Amino acid sequence: MAEAQDELIEELRQRARQIRCDLVRMLAAAGSGHSGGSLSAVEIVTTLYWHVLRIRPEDPSWPDRDRFVLSKGHAAPVLYAALAERGYFPVAELLTLRKLGSRLQGHPDLRKLPGVEASTGSLGQGLSVGLGMALAGRLDRRPYRVYVLLGDGECEEGQVWEAAMAAAHYQAGNLTAIIDNNGLQIDGPITSVLSPLPLPEKWRAFGWAVTEVDGHDLPALLQAFDWVAGNTGQPTAIVAHTVKGKGVSFMENQVDWHGKAPSAEQAACALKELQQEEVKR
Amino acid sequence: MNSQQNQQLIANRDAYGQILVELGQSVPELVVLDADLSKSTKTSEFAKAYPERFFDMGIAEQNLMGTAAGLALAGKIPCASTFAVFATGRAFDQVRNTIAYPGLNVKIVATHAGITVGEDGASHQAIEDIALMRVLPGMTVIVPADATETRKAVTAAVAVKGPVYIRLGRTAVPVLFGEDYQFQIGKAVVLRDGADAVVFATGVMVHEALLAAVQLAEQSVSVAVVDVHTIKPLDVELIVELARRTGAVVTAEEHSIYGGLGSAVAEVLGEHYPVPLVRVGVMDRFGESGNPAELMEALGLTAPHIIKAVGQVRLRSGR
Repeated sequence: MAEAQDELIEELRQRARQIRCDLVRMLAAAGSGHSGGSLSAVEIVTTLYWHVLRIRPEDPSWPDRDRFVLSKGHAAPVLYAALAERGYFPVAELLTLRKLGSRLQGHPDLRKLPGVEASTGSLGQGLSVGLGMALAGRLDRRPYRVYVLLGDGECEEGQVWEAAMAAAHYQAGNLTAIIDNNGLQIDGPITSVLSPLPLPEKWRAFGWAVTEVDGHDLPALLQAFDWVAGNTGQPTAIVAHTVKGKGVSFMENQVDWHGKAPSAEQAACALKELQQEEVKR
Repeated sequence: MNSQQNQQLIANRDAYGQILVELGQSVPELVVLDADLSKSTKTSEFAKAYPERFFDMGIAEQNLMGTAAGLALAGKIPCASTFAVFATGRAFDQVRNTIAYPGLNVKIVATHAGITVGEDGASHQAIEDIALMRVLPGMTVIVPADATETRKAVTAAVAVKGPVYIRLGRTAVPVLFGEDYQFQIGKAVVLRDGADAVVFATGVMVHEALLAAVQLAEQSVSVAVVDVHTIKPLDVELIVELARRTGAVVTAEEHSIYGGLGSAVAEVLGEHYPVPLVRVGVMDRFGESGNPAELMEALGLTAPHIIKAVGQVRLRSGR
């Protein structure tokens, strides 16, 4: 049992590293895009796509599949990397990110790319969409769960709280919000721009069951998602404390890397770092 | 069409409440959402009949639209209702980005459109909703003229794939169509033929246009009246044909003259067959409180104003 768990964590760790390498390459090739908030969500997205979500990449519209909605749509690169590595489309296509004619739009377009569950980008809207999916699942007695990833800055949007209120009212026990609490937004630290804190208390006050986790700690994430699965009476929120730009030293906790892509030289540096880290282990 | 005498008065929103209950039976995927206005929008009828398929989202229109989008993504056919001013204004970004951009199968059925909201005043009188919905790629925009057309339009909207905006008013209006009326999205209806001018009307203005045409006929002016129930996709062919035949065009809508039916017809005429045009609608201003009939008169939306517009456009047409 413990061995199987170790194996799983090692696999997730390798996948997360691969996703980070994909992110650096695709963002550098695109010449623009959101590096920081993609890197902060890598472990969350990896755990979902390689352990939590019941999905069939070969049948993206399988009615019973779990749904993942990337409400913080600007982190599209991390979603695209996971979908490609999971087999929804060729990994090579990642390098078309943001290019004319590409299925990999700057923000996710569900009509273009298989595996994308909602077209997002205008912040604050994904939780409502997830709620609609959750209500439909309950009406149809389908066993799926809906996971929605939000940014902490995104929680400044009023619609997030409209949806939070409604989800609790309708006891959407099949809906889970994950808040990527990396602490930074475009204009600076969330606490200096417009603090959405304290997050766990707010979600609790809105009627959600809440847990907090280090969003880069894979065993802790696994435990949090296990806790979610056992919670079916009310919506669940995971407040994941993360580091913006995680894994690339010169991007970590740097607000300037919110909406910037690495140059070719910076990408080479970043990839070297990610590879060295692997050798060190 | 019914005769002008003994016309029955029904509010389009009442017809909406009624058809929802019927459709609930035949369309199991149908779900209905409202934002604390279900007694006014008449979705409360559906709520009574199918409580498990009705969701009151409270006073939160942005979440109303987003939740409707999610339901559509999971295979439901949601009708999302609230007042037109909130559906298209308050939640515009949600309708644009989360419903129209992905082309989702959501029907936005808004009531209390236009100035006939009456006493509540300008804050609640949507006179720009057609314009807002018309600019969205892939959005079908329908403005029924009476209860029959409302029932048929809602039925047709539920049967087609993709986002639809249906605009309904608050007040009771004359029933113009019989049950045998064949409604088709995108096909305007010639209610009355005429040679001297044509009035393209939509919503409550269809009845006003008919009244105007009857009075003009007494003065030996022959005016065609067309019910343009679908603003998008617009029946370009019919509009060009009647413009060609009459050489004088009037549009009539309970909406701003900017961005609605008048603008849409002007675009068609400008590109295909330029003839003189006069637009009857709300001039560049907001509404105000008052009873609906008084407001229609004060804002220039009654039959006499259409008659005046026909006179003006005929002078300019020189035919």
